[in-house]
Amino acid sequence: MNIRFDKLGVIIAAISAYAAFAAPFATFRANRIVPGQARSILEALPAITGTLLLVIVVAAALIALFKTLLALRLAASVVALAALALLIGVAGTFLTPEGNTFARVSPASGFWILIFAFTLLLADVLTRLNLSPLARVGVLAVSALAIGLLLISGSWDNLSILKEYFNRADSFWAEGSKHVTLALGSLLAAVVVGLPLGILCHRVESLRAGVLNVLNIIQTIPSIALFGLLIAPLGWVATHVPGAAALGIRGIGTAPAFVALFLYSLLPVVANTVVGLAGVPRTANDAARGMGMTDRQRLFGVEFPLAFPVILTGIRIVLVQNIGLATIAALIGGGGFGVFVFQGVGQTAMDLVLLGAVPTVALAFAAAIILDAVIEMTATRRRVETA
Amino acid sequence: MIEIEGITKRYDATTVVDDVSMVIEPRTIAVIVGTSGSGKTTLLRMINRLVEPTSGIIKLDGADNRSLPGYELRRSIGYAIQGHGLFPHRTVAQNIATVPVLLGWDKDRIKARVDELMTLYQLDPEAFGPRYPHELSGGQQQRVGVARALAAEPNVLLMDEPFGALDPIIRNKAQEDLLAIQKRFGTTIILVTHDMEEAVHMGDKIAVMDAGKLVQYAKPAEILAKPASAFVETLVGASERPFRLLSLGRVRDAVEKGSAEGEAIPGDASQRDALAELLWTGRPALPVKGADGKPLGRVTVDGLVKRAARPA
Repeated sequence: MNIRFDKLGVIIAAISAYAAFAAPFATFRANRIVPGQARSILEALPAITGTLLLVIVVAAALIALFKTLLALRLAASVVALAALALLIGVAGTFLTPEGNTFARVSPASGFWILIFAFTLLLADVLTRLNLSPLARVGVLAVSALAIGLLLISGSWDNLSILKEYFNRADSFWAEGSKHVTLALGSLLAAVVVGLPLGILCHRVESLRAGVLNVLNIIQTIPSIALFGLLIAPLGWVATHVPGAAALGIRGIGTAPAFVALFLYSLLPVVANTVVGLAGVPRTANDAARGMGMTDRQRLFGVEFPLAFPVILTGIRIVLVQNIGLATIAALIGGGGFGVFVFQGVGQTAMDLVLLGAVPTVALAFAAAIILDAVIEMTATRRRVETA
Repeated sequence: MIEIEGITKRYDATTVVDDVSMVIEPRTIAVIVGTSGSGKTTLLRMINRLVEPTSGIIKLDGADNRSLPGYELRRSIGYAIQGHGLFPHRTVAQNIATVPVLLGWDKDRIKARVDELMTLYQLDPEAFGPRYPHELSGGQQQRVGVARALAAEPNVLLMDEPFGALDPIIRNKAQEDLLAIQKRFGTTIILVTHDMEEAVHMGDKIAVMDAGKLVQYAKPAEILAKPASAFVETLVGASERPFRLLSLGRVRDAVEKGSAEGEAIPGDASQRDALAELLWTGRPALPVKGADGKPLGRVTVDGLVKRAARPA
């Protein structure tokens, strides 16, 4: 009999054992700002359901611990995650006294650690399955659909984060669209400006070091400081340039947030454009010139297509970075999910913080997966010669 | 005809090509030989104006090569380089079609030309046309590179060490293919190499360059027999000289009357191959047969040794 342990599985089993038996599964509070009381799995759920969850968690952890079939590991991670997602809603209903609208139930550390452990297992399985880019986007879509269905079904309605949502349903979507507009809009502006700037830096060597150094320095300015630094110049523009104020340019609000995100986005776009163009095989460039392509034809016909996957990597970095950074825009009245984060911090209401943070993380995560898939699809077709 | 008249290229204080004049007859192969840094590649690149000369004139069929914009000139001249420079993001067929597309040929004409060239280079258009360069072997990539250079039916083909990256066996085949295609299309070829063996084998005339200067420009036999300087002599390789001289001649030209035992050698084989065969098998003579298989006579060790001696 040959029993072999899975290296990652040992870690997954260890942390899920701690989370299931030693850490609280849910937190109960009489109202939204008083300190909470921890509840273990068996306390937070009806006896049978609680036992069932423990059995599932233990079984899944054991499957992770030993070297087992990929299909079995996939099933274990999906079943465990689904059970956790469903039962945290059940815990919400079970712990909330009948008719009490002030009481709050939220997931506690044990729940989050278990989610983390089995997501790790799922991610490991998916990596080992070596899925095609389209299949990965498919997995993402299915997960998003499942979460969407859970939200619509109302099984999470008794959780604190959704109670916070119901109080702010209108502003949630308004801030959400503002968040996405800020992140995507500044990315678009950075691409429109950064691509030509990158091409220029590639062609004019004397410009390259200077431009990249300036962008590097901008990148190192702390985001809050940069927002602050922009208030004065934009305020001046608003009062002194005719029509600027009418366009919405002011010292605080969306304008400085947009400008700051744009400035942060420039470095990855410009740097990756320069690196991508520099990586074009020298012989391909020489042949293109020698066969009579004009500079323009060479740029669009040879250099750009070959540099594209690297440039796309820069755009991926910017998009994920912008989705995160846009949170801070709320600090200067720029709106976005950050509004809930800062309100939550101000009111010591952690569920409100989560209402801002969870969608931000989900958006960034989804953007990363989708762009990674796109990059892989463009790169395989344009693989650089090995000779 | 290509006339190079007093061409000089200077980068700041360094003179890379120093007052070079030479004439390349139409439908011939001129090989430029030299060590690295001798200016041979720069000279080649001034013909299609990838490099602009500091002074001097280059005429193609009587017309100054500056009478057209550089990119238009280059579309009319074939260009093949070491490491072939294929576009990794374009298929083989798209690569070969590069210049015809730039010239605005219609689709059917391009397809017909691409298919013709691929067939000529023993690459099945159906199988290889849609592949990407990285899916081909080194020898196949090189053939595609030359096919691409010939796509727009240029009168002149410039080649910069086109066989440099190939292993010896594939290189031999590629050289033979090029000679056959040059005969077929009558293209004027200027080929840059550092390999004297290749130069003697391929060139109707050889230009030897050293430190930017054209040291000698002559037929291979003359370069071997009467090297113009000690440098040319070193480049030729004193110990290789007699064999290179023999490699220029065909067996049919060394045939003597009489007969010999053993398997016959074809009259088209080089005299060097015949001598090698004689020395290796330890025989004094070999029978020679014509292309039709009829005996032509024999070659002898003594006869070949005389031919390997320095011409008077």
